[in-house]
Amino acid sequence: MKRTITEAVLARASGLARVEPGQNIWVNADILLTHDVCGPGAIGVFKREFGPGARVWDPDRVVIIPDHYIFTADQKAKRNVDILREFAREQGLRWFYEPGTPNYRGVCHVALPETGHALPGHVIFGTDSHTCTHGALGAFATGIGNTDAGFVLGTGKLLIKVPPTLRFVICGELPVFVTGKDIILRIIGDIGVDGATYAAMEFCGDTIASISVEERMTICNMAVEAGAKNGIIAPDDKTLAFISKRAAHPFEPVYGDDGAPVLKTFSYEASSFEPCVARPHLPSNYARARDCSDVRLDRAYIGSCTGGKISDFRMAAEVLKGRRVSIKTFLVPATSEVAGKINEERIGDRTLAEIFADAGCEPIAPPSCAACLGGPEDTYGRTTGNETVISTTNRNFIGRMGSKAARIYLASPLTVAASAVTGRITDPRDLA
Amino acid sequence: MSEGRRTVKTFEKRLKGRVYVLGDNIDTDQIIPACYLNLVPTIPDEYRKLGSHAMAGLPDGLPPFVTPGKDRTEYRIIVAGRNFGCGSSREHAPVALGAAGTVAVAAESFARIFFRNAIATGEVLPIETARPATNLFTTGDDAEIDLAGLCLRNIRTGASVPIRDPGPVIEVIAAGGIFGFARKMGMIRSS
Repeated sequence: MKRTITEAVLARASGLARVEPGQNIWVNADILLTHDVCGPGAIGVFKREFGPGARVWDPDRVVIIPDHYIFTADQKAKRNVDILREFAREQGLRWFYEPGTPNYRGVCHVALPETGHALPGHVIFGTDSHTCTHGALGAFATGIGNTDAGFVLGTGKLLIKVPPTLRFVICGELPVFVTGKDIILRIIGDIGVDGATYAAMEFCGDTIASISVEERMTICNMAVEAGAKNGIIAPDDKTLAFISKRAAHPFEPVYGDDGAPVLKTFSYEASSFEPCVARPHLPSNYARARDCSDVRLDRAYIGSCTGGKISDFRMAAEVLKGRRVSIKTFLVPATSEVAGKINEERIGDRTLAEIFADAGCEPIAPPSCAACLGGPEDTYGRTTGNETVISTTNRNFIGRMGSKAARIYLASPLTVAASAVTGRITDPRDLA
Repeated sequence: MSEGRRTVKTFEKRLKGRVYVLGDNIDTDQIIPACYLNLVPTIPDEYRKLGSHAMAGLPDGLPPFVTPGKDRTEYRIIVAGRNFGCGSSREHAPVALGAAGTVAVAAESFARIFFRNAIATGEVLPIETARPATNLFTTGDDAEIDLAGLCLRNIRTGASVPIRDPGPVIEVIAAGGIFGFARKMGMIRSS
């Protein structure tokens, strides 16, 4: 029986020769990821259920990356980071990326691959729905709640249902100015916000092979916006090159079998993709950027696990070099590593940071989730009124970036940057 | 309900209560906005506060789900459309509903993580309606979920729709969530 990559990874992690969609299996976790918003609750469940003196199943496999509410005066947010710090100390956890220290990284889904904890063939559970990002490196990675995370902390295992696979085959050369974000927004538009509920979304084809690991992360990151359990891309030379100097744990890549049966296959010609947006208030509200040129904007936002990687800032800088933004443009690098590269990398004689300053963007903020999900009232870039925002983030639900009256359009960094210049939604190909 | 944990000894076969009606794709930001995620569900006082903020992210203009100044809702049952609970993995979402006193959400379908969290915590019973049900209810109606007869009924109008059999989910919820269930079944040691 031929297996998809998702089935192959789950078979390995469950010690079973074969697994089938719909089967309930116990899998061993390779990594449990948590952060400041859900970590304290998961720790609370762990202590309540396993006892105050309980030890985590494997201190080398628990990764804590605080990222949500870091630069805030909110006392409970500070208290939550204190809970994580105390837990890391008490349990002897090596992988605690502590705020306020040189170890601080920022957004967990960009930091996890950077720090070599997202590896091919692994099973990664995280207390965050965007944990599906790490399927871009060939892992089975999925978001779970605090109670399940408390269970994993105590046992290293979780009972899960093997998902059926939806296969997205994308072939051909992507047009210029079309990005991974445009691919995933189109797919979500086609299948809807519940089009992949419970399923694995597997992305393959020569277009996927041709794009960078970071672009693959953007695609897998938004699998959950179609309801998927995981997004996944088979590891290749690019994947192995990306992790070669980073891997923090032993790993063995796992591959699916050619021609493994799937629930459904969707085929796309790369040439059919265009720069696009998701209109308020759902990620499935697909529209071509060109068809929204009458939408006037108040703000642009570049950041988050979806659109705050160095490749995202590179794209934005390519558009903004030699141009001026006409609306408030917020830049929030996902991690400290991204922030460092913004200051170092150059296009011509200017660093990316200088290009953004020349363009009139807001000063670059410290790395965190910031306004992607609203957060405490003093969160950087949070909407406060009826702003219309174009953003590289992943969700445009009512109230997502703070105020319920704001309207959020999701787009690629190229489209966000082009729109920041004109003050209207703009296809980057149309920027003269 | 110490430390936010529910211990329900027997589960009623007929759940009755006032209904709040919602549409499709009710996301977790509407169920519990991110500004309240600084509250930790396992801390009793914060569990209660999460309840007071349940559904605080609904668009303005709808009736309040929890009366301002109160901790608990008068709506024991939510009737909704497709994909209830989409978005974040925040367990604060089913916890906020359970802490507010909502016992069941009857929706045409659920987002995966919300469904699992609702059961794992034992906070709120997710019931799938076999047909769209939102057009049969108005917020404020009284409803009955008949778990034996497998239907959702509007007590005011008498209209009803079949519900899918929740199967073993009932036992897990009745035991107060997966840990309680696992102990009851001898899968893990009693504490």
